[in-house]
Amino acid sequence: MNLAYTLRLADDALIIGHRLSEWCGHGPILEQDIALTNTALDHLGRARSLCQYAAEQYNAATAEEKKNSFSSVAIQQLTEAGKQLTEDDIAYLRDGWDYRSLLLLEQPNIDWAFTVARAFYYDTFNYYFFSHLKNSNDTTLAAIAEKSLKEVTYHLRWSSEWVVRLGDGTDESHNRIQQAINELWQYTGEPFVMNDADNVAVSTGAGVNLADIQPLWTARIAEILQEATLTMPPAGSWMQQGGKEGRHTEHLGYILAEMQYMQRTYPGMEW
Amino acid sequence: MSVHSFQEHFDNLIDRDVTIEPKDWMPDDYRKTLIRQISQHAHSEIIGMLPEGNWITRAPSLRRKAVLLAKVQDEAGHGLYLYSAAETLGISRDEMYNQLHTGKAKYSSIFNYPTLTWADMGAIGWLVDGAAIMNQVPLCRTSYGPYARAMVRVCKEESFHQRQGFEIMLTLSKGTDIQRKLAQDAFNRWWWPSLMMFGPPDAESPNTEQSVRWRIKRFTNDELRQKFVDVTVEQARVLGLEMPDKDIKWNEERGHYDFGTINWSEFYNVVKGNGPCNKQRIEARRKAWDEGKWVRDAAMAHAAKRKARQSEVKAA
Repeated sequence: MNLAYTLRLADDALIIGHRLSEWCGHGPILEQDIALTNTALDHLGRARSLCQYAAEQYNAATAEEKKNSFSSVAIQQLTEAGKQLTEDDIAYLRDGWDYRSLLLLEQPNIDWAFTVARAFYYDTFNYYFFSHLKNSNDTTLAAIAEKSLKEVTYHLRWSSEWVVRLGDGTDESHNRIQQAINELWQYTGEPFVMNDADNVAVSTGAGVNLADIQPLWTARIAEILQEATLTMPPAGSWMQQGGKEGRHTEHLGYILAEMQYMQRTYPGMEW
Repeated sequence: MSVHSFQEHFDNLIDRDVTIEPKDWMPDDYRKTLIRQISQHAHSEIIGMLPEGNWITRAPSLRRKAVLLAKVQDEAGHGLYLYSAAETLGISRDEMYNQLHTGKAKYSSIFNYPTLTWADMGAIGWLVDGAAIMNQVPLCRTSYGPYARAMVRVCKEESFHQRQGFEIMLTLSKGTDIQRKLAQDAFNRWWWPSLMMFGPPDAESPNTEQSVRWRIKRFTNDELRQKFVDVTVEQARVLGLEMPDKDIKWNEERGHYDFGTINWSEFYNVVKGNGPCNKQRIEARRKAWDEGKWVRDAAMAHAAKRKARQSEVKAA
């Protein structure tokens, strides 16, 4: 069973999709509003596939496994009542400590430069990650990876182009993107931290060994930053982590409060 | 050709139902009317993203969230086609934005009402998109070619949105008591503003006659409004919702539903800027535009640098 591993990927997709969707209607250029919404829809689509797969695995688990999967009272109640979980239960009924997403993704949009820098770091990671995950022996994860890779390839092109455009644009844009690149740097170590879920998934042949993709990520980031006339933050800087263990920044609580409000206020209804 | 014969040629095209194209001669008033109408329509799409955008992060299921996000994105796309159609008449997108941000240009007043509950996503799709389709389907055959062609695409997507909205309402009406209450509450709030979307009564609509003559408009405001009422009464019955107008009654003689008096003073006040969200809507657009300036400047500066580097390479 790859429930923990699936959930982390689902949570990543859901949280970044949420953040990007906040731009819809507020972009700096109409064409970019459309482009960013497209990307948000790609992430949301992946989140749905992964949440469905997570629900399927949970429903097939033993009572003991179910008990240890989540801290969510609402999910425990559904389980006790003999209900099967759906993608929406997975997304809307877990609290922050059950979320396993990367700290990078819950960071606020702030401005176009932060949004681009966050996307750039994540899209680069995703590109290499899904390139490897498509060889997973978990056929569902492999299929999701295969489909995602096409989308992520486009995302990476989009965010890389914007890093270059802003870096090699005006003085103001250069300073803004450099600042965003610097400030978000502290969240770029966590994607490569191997935790229990990673180790189990790698040992069974379902997951990706993150050590394999870190050098690829670093090389690609360095190449684009150089083209953008930007400075790469120093190697060996202190890196934040905790998201993969359910310890988040203060931002996630507000995302979930907003995202889950309907399901929490009007529980158990069809929408 | 003299101006007189240009005019004759133009009138002849109109009479024969042939489209007018950007390079054709056209009377100044025709051009002005079209710029006004198409840019208003484009602005309505862009402003219209805001009330629905308000619920993207709070949609009650992942499927609804995806559908809503795609819908709001479609509206951005409609804005894009329409701004492009208006640009063929000799006005830039920046100038149109400027007219919107300074309050010189209008947009559909309906978007000055707030979206207070999830059911508003259903009511807007069902009623507002429904009313918009009635206004817009005839425009697929409007006399100005680029506008007519843009409208063909817009209408296809709008009818999809309308069905999605109705489906949200249907799900609510088949749900729990509180969900039916949400649906009825949204219906009550959006019904009258939807009727106002067709514009003032014909007697008070000074541009209608000329626009009908030019085939910029195909039906009058009152004709379209009546058609909308007739269709909606039947749909509300399917949903099991109560009409928010006690005067709705089938009129055998007219073959239409009679309906109550529209509060035109509210309409004119909302148009004038006194609606519940006029200030917020414009402010949100202005903010996006102002805060995006450095991004647009950067994109332009970068494009110029690239071009300069390419010509250096060529020259070398």
